[in-house]
Amino acid sequence: MEKLTKDDVHPKILEALLADSNITLEDALENEMILNMGPQHPATHGVLRLLLRLDGETVMGCVPELGYLHRGYEKLAENMNYYEFIPHTDRLDYLSPMSNNVAYALAVEKLVGIEAPPRAQYIRMIISELARVASHLVAIGSLAMDVGALTVFLWTLREREKILDIWDILCGARFTNSYTRIGGVANDAQPEALAKVKWFIDQYLPNLDECERLINTNRIFIERLDGVGVISADDAIDIGLTGPSLRGSGVEFDLRRAQPYLFYNEIDFKVVTYPDGDSLARYFVRADETRESIKIIRQALEKMPQGETLLNQPKKVLPKKTEIYSRMEELIHDFMIVNFGINPEPGEIYHAVESSKGELGFYLVSKGDGKPWKCKIRSPSFVNLQSVPQLVKGHMVSDVVAILGSLDPVMGEADK
Amino acid sequence: MASPKELLEQRLNEKFSGENFIFNEHRNELTVSLDKKNIIAVCKYLKEEPELAFRLCEDITAVDWATRKNRFSVVYHIYSLKMNFRLALKASVDEKDCNIDSVSSVWNTANWHERETFDMYGIHFNNHPDLRRMYMPEEFEYHPLRKDFPLMGIPGSLSLPKNKN
Repeated sequence: MEKLTKDDVHPKILEALLADSNITLEDALENEMILNMGPQHPATHGVLRLLLRLDGETVMGCVPELGYLHRGYEKLAENMNYYEFIPHTDRLDYLSPMSNNVAYALAVEKLVGIEAPPRAQYIRMIISELARVASHLVAIGSLAMDVGALTVFLWTLREREKILDIWDILCGARFTNSYTRIGGVANDAQPEALAKVKWFIDQYLPNLDECERLINTNRIFIERLDGVGVISADDAIDIGLTGPSLRGSGVEFDLRRAQPYLFYNEIDFKVVTYPDGDSLARYFVRADETRESIKIIRQALEKMPQGETLLNQPKKVLPKKTEIYSRMEELIHDFMIVNFGINPEPGEIYHAVESSKGELGFYLVSKGDGKPWKCKIRSPSFVNLQSVPQLVKGHMVSDVVAILGSLDPVMGEADK
Repeated sequence: MASPKELLEQRLNEKFSGENFIFNEHRNELTVSLDKKNIIAVCKYLKEEPELAFRLCEDITAVDWATRKNRFSVVYHIYSLKMNFRLALKASVDEKDCNIDSVSSVWNTANWHERETFDMYGIHFNNHPDLRRMYMPEEFEYHPLRKDFPLMGIPGSLSLPKNKN
């Protein structure tokens, strides 16, 4: 963190920073201080830059500056075919790449008008929930670390490591998975992978309780979060919060329930809400949501049927690699899809899923070509960050760190 | 009970009689095209009418059609928690008159979405409280998601930070 002078700050940013005060530009910096937080600050969870206007240690105004990780994925998407974009979705929310893959595949499938076979959909459901658990574990751990409890971080990352091991068996990659395909998944879930999932969900709950015992009764942890960064339900909807941050304000809105995709309508689970709307409530929502995810995974494992994991639709779905090497028809289809794309009929769709951070949506416009005419990513972290100025106002500098941790933004997603 | 689509169609035509709304459905998603001068009135109505209650604005973006007469479409995705229904609103914006009224007075969240759209497409949002660029640096002159902006970027268009020493 560094103190800035008037000349260091872009005039337009300065104007935004001073928007709600009656002090003039000339004497502003004499009474109050402008503090630069980020983009290299470890507690900003990535390259987020916050400009804080401080009076003493109280935050009077805050202007978030985004774009330090802007890679132009929406422009890239317009210049590649639908299949080629799947690996890029991994790099959006890099803490839960699997659920981004699923979201994108579902969006393209909706645009094309196809549906993956039931077994593939159950696998997708299991991996989205595991991704949610992994992401929430990082969120809980880093929130605790932000307010000074280091042990929790190590313990939750130990649990997350087990999920990464499952990814490793499932698709050969631990971090950027690219496991889903349009019309299914890359390969069937191996029995070893499913056995490991079963093992994981059996041992997870006691371990989570153990982590919670460290902090749930810890007075420092509670007091750093209780009543910090409060947002009411109406304000939360107005500012566009989704996901755990919205449910922490007592709004029972979960896309898995409101607009069921995959087979969530056949699964029994609870939408976790806490009424308080403060940082502590958002933490509780995340912890309880992982419990619900475990419940969902357990039911999905039971209900999962046998069968194909890739749709048989040669004009739209890439055939399996072994078939391309051994059969003429498949080779031709592969050639056509890779070179000319899957050409969905002209139209536009918006498909959103409940990712670990909130509503992750893809807005795709097709003109009938192999490449999308437009691909807009509605990223939950981006929208959730918009609430930061509102949340931090009137709090201390050290609370900014706790509030950011409780919102759990991932800059890969916010900056696209 | 009428379906959300029928209800919307009836209500909008009733309230804004004489206006030309085009209802379009693709893959079970309803899109309403409207004139850009009505955008605030329609959004306000959709949000405040208790039966419709589109309180959550999910996304605002634009599409660059490149060769059409009205080059841009600004697209709003709004959601009604009450009906569990998502609606897309579309308004055309011409390149020569490249502006549309800001809906950030209706939904707070529109602020950043509109900033992003302005940054990427150069569409000006009238009466926006803080219309700065979202991702690109303030000095950047172009709008990268326009179809005439090359994928490789424009050499020299991004200035390096000034050395203070």
